[in-house]
Formats: sequence, C-alpha cells, structure tokens
Amino acid sequence: MITLSHYIVLGAILFCIAVAGLFINRKNVIVLLMAIELMLLAVNTNFVAFSRFFGDVGGQVFVFFILTVAAAESAIGLAILVLLFRNRSTINVAEIDSMKG
Amino acid sequence: MSLSLSILLTIALAPLVGAILAGLFGKLIGRAGAHTATILGVAIACGLSFYVLYQLVWGGAQNFNQDVYTWFEIGRFHASVGFMIDRLTAMMMVVVTFVSLLVHLYTIGYMAEDPSYQRFFSYISLFTFSMLMLVMSNNFMQLFFGWEAVGLVSYLLIGFWYKRPTAIFANLKAFLVNRVGDFGFLLGISAILYFLGTLDYQTAFDHAPELVGKTLQITQNHAWDAATVIGILLFIGAMGKSAQVPLHVWLPDSMEGPTPISALIHAATMVTAGIFMVARMSPIFELTEGALSFILVIGSTTALFTGLIGIVQNDIKRVIAYSTLSQLGYMTVALGVSAYSGAVFHLMTHAFFKALLFLGAGSVIMGMHHEQDMRYMGGLRKYMPITWITMWVGSLALAGTPFFAGFYSKDAIIEAVGESHRWGAGYAYFCVMAGVFVTSLYSFRLLYMTFHGKERFRVEPAAHGHGHDAHAVHHDAHHDDAHDSHDIAHDDDEHHGTPGVLEHAPHESPLVVTIPLLLLAVPSIIIGGLTVGPMLFGDWFGKAIHVDEANNVLAEVGHEFHGAIAMGLHGFIQLPFLLALAGFIVATVIYLFKPSIADTVKNALKPVYNLLDHKYWIDELYFAVFAKGGVKLGEGLSKVGDAAIIDGAVVNGSATLVQHIAGGVRRLQSGFLFHYVFAMILGLILLLGGYWLIGQ
Repeated sequence: MITLSHYIVLGAILFCIAVAGLFINRKNVIVLLMAIELMLLAVNTNFVAFSRFFGDVGGQVFVFFILTVAAAESAIGLAILVLLFRNRSTINVAEIDSMKG
Repeated sequence: MSLSLSILLTIALAPLVGAILAGLFGKLIGRAGAHTATILGVAIACGLSFYVLYQLVWGGAQNFNQDVYTWFEIGRFHASVGFMIDRLTAMMMVVVTFVSLLVHLYTIGYMAEDPSYQRFFSYISLFTFSMLMLVMSNNFMQLFFGWEAVGLVSYLLIGFWYKRPTAIFANLKAFLVNRVGDFGFLLGISAILYFLGTLDYQTAFDHAPELVGKTLQITQNHAWDAATVIGILLFIGAMGKSAQVPLHVWLPDSMEGPTPISALIHAATMVTAGIFMVARMSPIFELTEGALSFILVIGSTTALFTGLIGIVQNDIKRVIAYSTLSQLGYMTVALGVSAYSGAVFHLMTHAFFKALLFLGAGSVIMGMHHEQDMRYMGGLRKYMPITWITMWVGSLALAGTPFFAGFYSKDAIIEAVGESHRWGAGYAYFCVMAGVFVTSLYSFRLLYMTFHGKERFRVEPAAHGHGHDAHAVHHDAHHDDAHDSHDIAHDDDEHHGTPGVLEHAPHESPLVVTIPLLLLAVPSIIIGGLTVGPMLFGDWFGKAIHVDEANNVLAEVGHEFHGAIAMGLHGFIQLPFLLALAGFIVATVIYLFKPSIADTVKNALKPVYNLLDHKYWIDELYFAVFAKGGVKLGEGLSKVGDAAIIDGAVVNGSATLVQHIAGGVRRLQSGFLFHYVFAMILGLILLLGGYWLIGQ
C-alpha cells in the first residue's frame, strides 16, 4: 500500500538531489538548470500527492501552472546559457565569478 | 501741557533721514548735498531738543513716557519702542545734538579733502540717531539696541580709514573690548527681566524695592544679593562703553579715527552713555551699597591711573584721550558716591570742553599738515591764535580753574566724595585729589608743548626732495622711540617724509573749524556757573534721579553752597585749586622754561616712566593672555576639536569604519553561484529550524 508518506519522501529525496546538484556541481551550468527542474518536479510530486489524498483538484491545477512556468523558465535559462557561452566561451560554473566583491 | 510725540519723533528721526540720504544717495546728492542734508537733520534735532528742554524747565510741560510702537509681544513680555522724556533725557538730548551739530560743521573743514566725505557724514548722523534712541528710550530693550548701535557706528568710524592696518586693529579692539562689557550688560538686563518681569523703565523702577532681600545663587555656598548682582552687571556694561579700568584699553586706540569723531563719540557723547545709564538706573543702584562701592573703586582707579599715562604721551590726541578716560573716572566716582546729578553735571560740562579740546587738537593737526606728535610742535600760538585761545579755555576748564565750567562739576564731585562714608570713599578721595594735580599737569604740558616755547619744526618747501638726508633723520628719530612709532597715528593717508619738517608754514584753520571752537568755548566757560545751583543742589532733575536720603552726599555739600560766584571765589582757597596750581607751575617750569628738566626727570625715574609709557603693560597683558590665549585656544580647538575629533574621528572615522566592515564583508561575496546557493540553503534551514523551535 502506497501512502502519502511515500510520495512526500520521494519529493524530499528529489529536492535534496536537486540541492546537492546545485552546489556540488562545479562544472556545468546546464546541470544547474536541470537541478532546478528537478526541484520543481519535487514540488509537483507533493502537489499531486496532496491533491489526490485530500480530493482537492486545485493542487493539480497548480501543477499545470508550475509546468508552464518551468518550461518558460527553461527556455529563458537555455537562451541565457547560449549567450553566456557566446560571450565567455565557457559554461564552467567555477570560472563564472564576475560578481566577486 | 505735555510734549507732543511728533516733535520727539522728529528729533530722533531727522538725523536718521540725513544719514540715509548721505549714505545711500551720497553719489547722487554730492558732497555739498550730503553735508547739507545731515547738518539740516541734526540742526532740526538740536533746535527741537532745545525746545523740549525749554518746555520741560520753563514751559511747565509734564514728563513724557509713552510707547510708540510695539515690536513684538510674547506672553506678558512686550518689546516696544518708546520715549521717556524728563529733564535728564532732555539735557542729554541737548548735549548730544548740540555737540553733534558743531562737529558736523567742523567736519566740513576737517574732512574737506577726504574722498569718503559722504560716508563720514552718513556715519556721524547715524551715530546721532543711535545716541538719541539710547537716551530717549523708555525701556531696556531699546536702550540695549541704541547701546549696540552706537558701538557699531563707533566701530565703523574708528576704522573709517580702513586701508590703514592700525585703524583696523583699533576698531577690532574697540569692538571686542566692548563685547566684554555688553555681555555683562545683557546679563544685567536679563536679571532685571528675571526679577522684575518687565523691561519698561517706569514699571521696573516702581518695582525696584521688591529686589531687596531677593538673592541669586551664583556660587555654591553664597547667595548673592539680587540688586548687587544687577548693579554690577549693568555697570560692567558701562565699564565697556565708558572705558573704565580694566576695559579702558580701547579708547586710546580709538584715536585712529578722524578727529571729529574723537570729539563727538569718544569724548563728548558715546563714552558717557555708561554714566547716563547708571544715572538713569539710580533707583536700582540706590538699593545696593556693594555695587556702588565697586563703581567707586573702579572709577577712582580710572580717574588717577589713566591720567598719569597722559603725562608721558606725545601724541596730542592721545593725551586728550587719556584725559577723557580720567574724566570719565571722575564721573564714575560721582556715581559711586550716589552723586548721580554730579556725574551727569560733569558729563555735560565735560562734553563741551572735551569736544572743544578735541576739535582744537584737530585744528592743530590740520594746521600742522597732519602731524600729531607734540615733539614736533611748539610756538604755534603765532600761527593759529583762535585755536590757541580756545584750547586754553578748554584746558582751564578741564583743569578745574574756578569760574570755568569744569571747576563746578569737578569740585562738586570731590566735595561729594569727601562727604561720603561708603566703603572705598577714602581711596576715591585720594585718587580724585591726586587726579586734579595730574590733570592740570598734562593739560598745561599739552598747551606748552603745542603752542608755546621754541618751534620744533622746520618749514622746508621741498622737503620731499631731500632724499637720503631727510630719511636718515627720520630713521634716527624713530629709532630712539621704537615702541612709540606705531603709536603715533598719522591722521591722513598721505605720508610725509620727515617728522617735524613741513612743506608749508602752519596756518589757522578755516572758519567752519574755528566757529565751532568758539561756540564750544562759550559753554566751556559759563555753563557750569549758570547751572550748578539748580542742577546739583536744587531739585532740577526731579524724579529722574533717585537718591536715598541717607546717601545724599550732594545735599550735604549743598549746605555750604551760597551761589555760583561764592563757590568760585571759595574755590581759590581750596585744596583742589592749589593742587591744580601746583600742576600748572610744574608744567610751566618744566615745559616752558627748562625743557631739559623733563629728560632729567625721565631718566631719574626710568622705571616709573617705563611703566606709564607702556600703560602699565595692560595692553601687553591682554595681548599675551586674551589675544594669544584666544589664538592658542583656537589653534587647540582647530587641531583637537576640528582636525582630530570632527574630521578625524567623526567624518573620516565613520568612513574608515565602513571601509573596514565592507572589506570584511566583501570576502563573503565570492561570485561563485554555488556559494550563494549554499547560503540560501543554510538560510532556509535556519529559518525553518527557527520556526520549528518557536513552534515547539
């Protein structure tokens, strides 16, 4: 029997993987974007699980919005990435530190 | 019948209108226009002042006391402009406007060649206005404003030749020393407001007896009597304005100004404002023995010790300046023994003969082509007979020769001091007695050095052409008196090569100069005898001057008064006259017959001479303590307060602090995305953790 806890644990695991991806990764900006997607997926999983268990459709409606925004965000993120590569000839995260104080 | 307000307003405002016309429209109306406008203004004021005095004394007019204009009101406190006219005020108005009128006339001659002719007329008319506002005031506020206004005009006039460094030094000194006095004066006025709740004269005087028994906690263990504190504070104001020891140092230096203003402001009128003020405040001063004793001691010190300095001065104007100081001391002594009317009486007679002496000195200076050093004069009586005779009249009056104006006032003061039993009266009696001898000595020394004896100047038509020779003499002459050379104020911008060498022979001054001299000589002779009876011993001032029965020394003196002529005749066998005669004889022997004695005495009494020549080193002391101290304090504040604390700690310090904090914080700003993410996650955990802890 799969309970709500299973879904929530799955979401938490996904989220932690995403966070780990964000700051363990030192090489590739694309991985960052992927990690962000993963985070959003973790949230979506929670939304869907709660929606199903509480019988409230509102949660699933929210998931659609988040997916839409995530798609737009990925598109913009990839566009920025392309521009970044054109300008700096690299997408290595450890080399991008122009915000250094 | 009463005085009309419009007349009083005209008296006060006519000189102001003249001053504005000459000052702001001087270029437009020209030199003749400027002197016409101002003289007309002052003449109107003078004529109407005489009318007011006439109405009060013979016309049976009531005293006038009315507010004219309300400046502002705060709660129960009214600040207004108003006039209080009684006989004391009327007499002051007549003296001020009369002397001012003659000085205006005289200025036409004296300043004829000055490029700032209009400015000068504007200033002296403005001065007349300020002085009238001061004496006519019916409240302390207006008194203070008039007080400051005359101080301002005095400052402007001492520095009239503003291109001369000595004049600028002198006017700054006068201004600063007067500030010391004004500080006390302002505190005194504040104390009156604090204790009596009003600045109106009449109300304050009516309530003055309430001051008795009130005290003021100034020092920790001693409660000060309120009336004494008020009296001393007000008198400190008078010390500044009337140049009493130790605030006398500005008056001799004020001789840097043109001679007419030395006569008008620094001898006849402004410097007597302090005397007038104390006399006006007599209901308050009568309450306090302590303040009056203080006044007595200060006055007698001034009377004797500044007179002594006059003996060793060589600048003709400075001799008269020190004589003014000494005479102001006499007036102050009279105030100190409660002989207020004696002080005011001496103020009046002194105004005439001292203005005469100053204008005479100005005439001599003009005749000598702006030479002021008496060592280069002598024998001038042949060249300028009118000046000579009028100067003699003025000096005889000053020395207190019986039947001259100065005799009556000075003798009355000496007698009054003799009758007084106030603390310090013994010292004062000695000082005023010795002062008579000193006065006579320096007066006749001045006359002999200037008008009699050998001519100590040469007339060389082409003095400037002499070149090296003349300059060598010049250099030597000044080398002997190196300390003197900066004291000798040359009264004009033009510098002549050698002292004692004139391009033209001395000449008598024009009529505009000699007529005021003659007009002043008349009251210098007769005014004392005419007015001594009613003014001193009668009830002439009425309620304007209040003297307690127990303190009324003049009434004591009055018992022996049997008319002016009898007093004059009696004066010949009195000690003061004998002392004056002794001074006259000493001066005659030394300066007329055997000038070499002067040097012998000078060398024999070298320390005394040095002491007097350096004016008791008071200037040096003030310079070392206050001026140098002020500079040191300023430097200290600039280095510590400004540079170190404000600039260093506050301004640059806060900037440095921000820089250091920022330097630390910028290490956190690595620019790496993963660091920021880490911080975000950490923050999130802390936030949630905190939330969870609180929720527990």
